[in-house]
Amino acid sequence: MGLNSNDLTIGDSYSEVIVDDLTRTQIVQYAGASGDYNPVHSDEKFVTEVAGYPTVFAHGMLTMGMTGRMLTNYVGDGRLTYYGVRFVNQVWPGDTLTARAEVAAVREEDGGTVVDLTISTTNQDEKFVLTGNATARLD
Amino acid sequence: MAVERFPVEASHILMFARSIGDSNPIYADQAHAEATEVGSIIAPPTFAQASAQFDPDYFLRPKDGQKWFGSGATASGTLIKETAESPKGDDKKSGSSAGGLHAEQHFTYHRHLKPGDVLSAETKPGESWEKESKRAGVLKFNESITEYRDQDGELVVTARSVGVVTEKVIEQ
Repeated sequence: MGLNSNDLTIGDSYSEVIVDDLTRTQIVQYAGASGDYNPVHSDEKFVTEVAGYPTVFAHGMLTMGMTGRMLTNYVGDGRLTYYGVRFVNQVWPGDTLTARAEVAAVREEDGGTVVDLTISTTNQDEKFVLTGNATARLD
Repeated sequence: MAVERFPVEASHILMFARSIGDSNPIYADQAHAEATEVGSIIAPPTFAQASAQFDPDYFLRPKDGQKWFGSGATASGTLIKETAESPKGDDKKSGSSAGGLHAEQHFTYHRHLKPGDVLSAETKPGESWEKESKRAGVLKFNESITEYRDQDGELVVTARSVGVVTEKVIEQ
């Protein structure tokens, strides 16, 4: 089931807490599933002594993946036609993230109706970690 | 990057969905999926990125017989160990030692991936540009475009990725 175009108004929004107290283990889990083993995400010794960061940090793609869950919960499964983001701040172990989508436009595309969404994900300090856009097919 | 064969498998989709904390049964339960309009298990929207698993040359995966740049006996297996007598000084503070960071990622879905798909991926370089940043010095951006095609040669996902190499470690 998708969203119905008749039920949507510009400015409508939907949000979810996508992770509460991000763990290092989840970051490792994402490394294993995605195949991205960059040691900045899991190797405390490397990241502090060589890369020079205070501790390990999440893959941008983990934040994009978790934000994608909010999106598909909102627009329905298999409905996205576009999803794009910028990673604007790093995400650290212990972070609690909230992802939000806001209706920017409802329009016709390829003979169907689609919604354009503006997306943002913020951390517990209300700092943006991700901003982006998505488009999804509507009923 | 060129990936000749990226088989999309149900167990990989399950592990990927778990790793992003997504318990939606559309990624795991065939019976549930069959009863939805989608009709089968599909992959989460960012799953195409896991094609890295099938890229033989992917540089962010340790490989048999090759030194890895993460830590083992020393902080990095490919850098000369720093000592008090020969500190590397400011080199250490270069964010580039992390191999760069991910700045942007965009996916256009022509259709959603499902178990049984066998994809191939071709990556082409895009634009390059530089920007000055207060928090990390000169930022060097590089764009790449990856086209994922299915077993019938149909374009299924187009991905646009932007990487950034920072002059300095990003100030927190």
